[in-house]
Formats: sequence, structure tokens, C-alpha cells
Amino acid sequence: MIGVEHYVVVSSILFVLGVLGIFLNRKNVIVLLMAIELILLAVNINLVAFSAALHDLTGQIFAMFVLTVAAGEAAVGLAILVIYFRGRGSIAVDDVNRMKG
Amino acid sequence: MIQTLAFYLFAVLTIASAAATILSRNPVHSVLFLILAFFNAAGLMMLTGAEFIAMLLIIVYVGAVAVLFLFVVMMLDIDFAELRAGFVKNFPLGMLVAIVLLAEMVLGLGAYKAGALNLGTPDGTAVTPAGASNIEAIGGLLYSRYLFLFEAAGLILLVAMVGAIVLTHRQRGDTRGQKVSKQIARRPDEATVNVKPEVGKGVSL
Repeated sequence: MIGVEHYVVVSSILFVLGVLGIFLNRKNVIVLLMAIELILLAVNINLVAFSAALHDLTGQIFAMFVLTVAAGEAAVGLAILVIYFRGRGSIAVDDVNRMKG
Repeated sequence: MIQTLAFYLFAVLTIASAAATILSRNPVHSVLFLILAFFNAAGLMMLTGAEFIAMLLIIVYVGAVAVLFLFVVMMLDIDFAELRAGFVKNFPLGMLVAIVLLAEMVLGLGAYKAGALNLGTPDGTAVTPAGASNIEAIGGLLYSRYLFLFEAAGLILLVAMVGAIVLTHRQRGDTRGQKVSKQIARRPDEATVNVKPEVGKGVSL
């Protein structure tokens, strides 16, 4: 019988894979953004699973808001990536020090 | 039985394609595996009866976000082999962090199995009404109780759209664009001149 624990396990593994992706592809900002999407997907699976387990729709509503923010984040992140590439001709982000911050 | 089978199919495919997303050499393959991961996650959500979120996941992610990723990956001329240089060097630290995170989550799950904390029960205001479909129930809740959050989500999308356009838009000096304000400000009496030249003479404009 599949319970909410199974869903929590799947989403934990997905979350850890996303974090691992951030560590492994530290230079390639496109794969970094994809790893962030994976993390947000893990959060969404959790929200939907608990919403179904508790018979409360609030989780699904919040999954929708997470989806909205993820879409906006991807759009702005890729826009920043495009102007960064235009200025430098590469997307290696591990040595970004233009602003000397 | 069929539910168990479907769950394990979707779960294994989701995790496998997520692993392929972060490990594959070619970013185009990464994007395609990300699409597969989202499809299978939508299947997982469908199994719990959350049809609307599952469809939304496919429409928003596969229809918009993944296509955006694919567009950017293919538009930029990048040497991807060079970008993978630190992969082996970062592997031990990444694995360490991943294992620590996973161990913490297993610990949490074990504690839950031993006897869960009771953090309150749902107040019953957000249950699916009898006879209503998932979409009907979500719509009813979204347009009443969460109306202001819904509008705020719309504002976030607007800000993201304006931000992306402002960031990537560039004015090029060598093009002759349309000057709308100049066109609107134009009046008939300053656009045409009525002259009566003498016979045999030209007109200087």
C-alpha cells in the first residue's frame, strides 16, 4: 500500500539530487538553474502528497504559487544568463567578480 | 495493485531522469531529461487525485520553462566541455553534502515512523466538497479565500516578464526604428506646405 511516506521518500531523493547538481555543475549556470527547478519540483511533490493525505486543498494551492515563482525565476535567470553571455562570451560563473563585491 | 505498480514506475523514472539531468554531458540532453522528470512527477501527482496541478506542471514546465531552457541552450554558442572541468574536483564535496542531507531526511522519516508529532489537524475549510471535481474545488478556493494571493502571483509574473524584457532588450544605434511619438505629434498643417511658384522657377523646401 502506497502511503504519504513513499511520496516523502521520492521527494527527498529528488531534493538531494537537486542539491548534488548544484555542487557538481558549479560552472555551468544552465544546469544550475535546472537543478533549482528539480528542488522546487521536490517541494511541489511534497505539498501535493500532504494535501492528498490530509484531505486539505491548501497544499495544492500553494504548489501552484510555487510553480508561479519557479516560472518567474527561470525567466529572469535565463535573461541574466543571456546578458552575461553577451558581455563575456562565456557562461562560466565560478569566477564572476565583475562587481567586486 | 495497479496503483502500486504505477507509483513505482513514476517514482523510479522521476529519480532516474533527475539523476540524468544533473549528470549528462550535453545540456540539451539535460533539458530533455528534465522534461521527462516533470512528466513523471505529474504522473505521481495524478495518482493522488491532484489532476489540476499535474496538468499545470506539464503546461507550465514543459510548455514554457523547458522550451525557454532549450532556446537559451541552443542560442548561446558555448563550449560545454570546458564548463565540465571542475566536475571531478567537486564530486567528493558534493557527494558529502548530498549524503548528509539524505541522512537527515532518513532520520526525520525514522522519527516520524516511531511516533509522529501532532501539529494540529486541518480545520476542514479547504476540503473538496462532495461531488465536486478537483478543478472545481481548487477554483472555488482560489477565487475566494486565496484571491489576494492569486493576484499577487499575477503581479510576480508581470514583474518577472518586465524584468526579463528590460534585461535582454538592447537599443542598437544602426537601425531606423519607428518613432511613434513623432508620428502622433504630427499635424496636417505642418506636414504640407502650399506654395505658388512663379512660372519657370523651382521650389526650395
